[in-house]
Amino acid sequence: MGSAPASDDVYLRPSVQTAVKLLIVGHFAVGKTTFVGALSEIRPLRTEEVMTQAGALVDDLAGTRDKTTTTVALDFGRLTLNDALVLYLFGTPGQQRFTELWQDMTRGALGALVLADTRRLDQSFEVMGVLEELGLPYAVALNDFDDAPAHDLEEVREALDLLPSTPLVRCDARDRVSSTEALIALVEYLLTRTGESRTGELEHA
Amino acid sequence: MTPRRRPGERLVRSYVVTDGRSHPSRNTLDLVTLLIAADDLPLTGLSPEKRRLMELCRPGALSVAEVAGHLELPVSVTKVLVADLMDSGHIVTRAPVPSARPSDARILQEVLDGLRARL
Repeated sequence: MGSAPASDDVYLRPSVQTAVKLLIVGHFAVGKTTFVGALSEIRPLRTEEVMTQAGALVDDLAGTRDKTTTTVALDFGRLTLNDALVLYLFGTPGQQRFTELWQDMTRGALGALVLADTRRLDQSFEVMGVLEELGLPYAVALNDFDDAPAHDLEEVREALDLLPSTPLVRCDARDRVSSTEALIALVEYLLTRTGESRTGELEHA
Repeated sequence: MTPRRRPGERLVRSYVVTDGRSHPSRNTLDLVTLLIAADDLPLTGLSPEKRRLMELCRPGALSVAEVAGHLELPVSVTKVLVADLMDSGHIVTRAPVPSARPSDARILQEVLDGLRARL
């Protein structure tokens, strides 16, 4: 429990008007914390949310060690994009059983970047399933682990059963430029979708 | 025998911090709602946790998530405290992009430009 942080960089510029968020999701040890840490302008922060299966949050806050409760960690970081706009990145495990947390996190989120590991591609299905259920658009980034077998992107796309429109890129979560490029691929995709939905509206008009 | 405190467990239970409540008095707080402290209101009468929150926020704006991270409190507890401080006028908020508008092309273009400028 510390007092107020000393560094001025902790605080947002006074001119910031708008905050947006992107989610960085993926299974355990896929590199979410590393990714957020490589991009964040502040020391990445961690907070937690207490999840219950029966929605009995009161019991949980009272500190009972009920087996139906669990604590989910959120690692997050911040990027000031211009004088008025700030982007927050939230890294969190994408398990079905945390749906309550998911709904809170995805409300207002622009989209999600799914980090995947070619050695454990099967573990990414659950995450992608949750995102699809919540209607949150996503791109997939293969985190390049040194000892991971090099797969052809087309093979991976097939293995993950991705839609042709879903972006699939490689990245090195430790590298700021590489991680930024993965986010750019996601946001470019999100932009193309707004174009499509506008067309759709016109068609329906 | 005194039960051993588990690592990371808070000394003061969350329900004490929130007066036993688990839901904030308002439901408009998002992880990225920006909080700005009023600097003309006295902190007298505030609980220690609310005082800490105010002291954290006085030098500049922070999001709900950042406040939770700095104070080492769960997000749900932080929201309860923030909502109370909004009710008493100690905190004002700058709402995030309304959820109806996240696909706003102008915002996405700004995000894209901002990211490209970092390369």
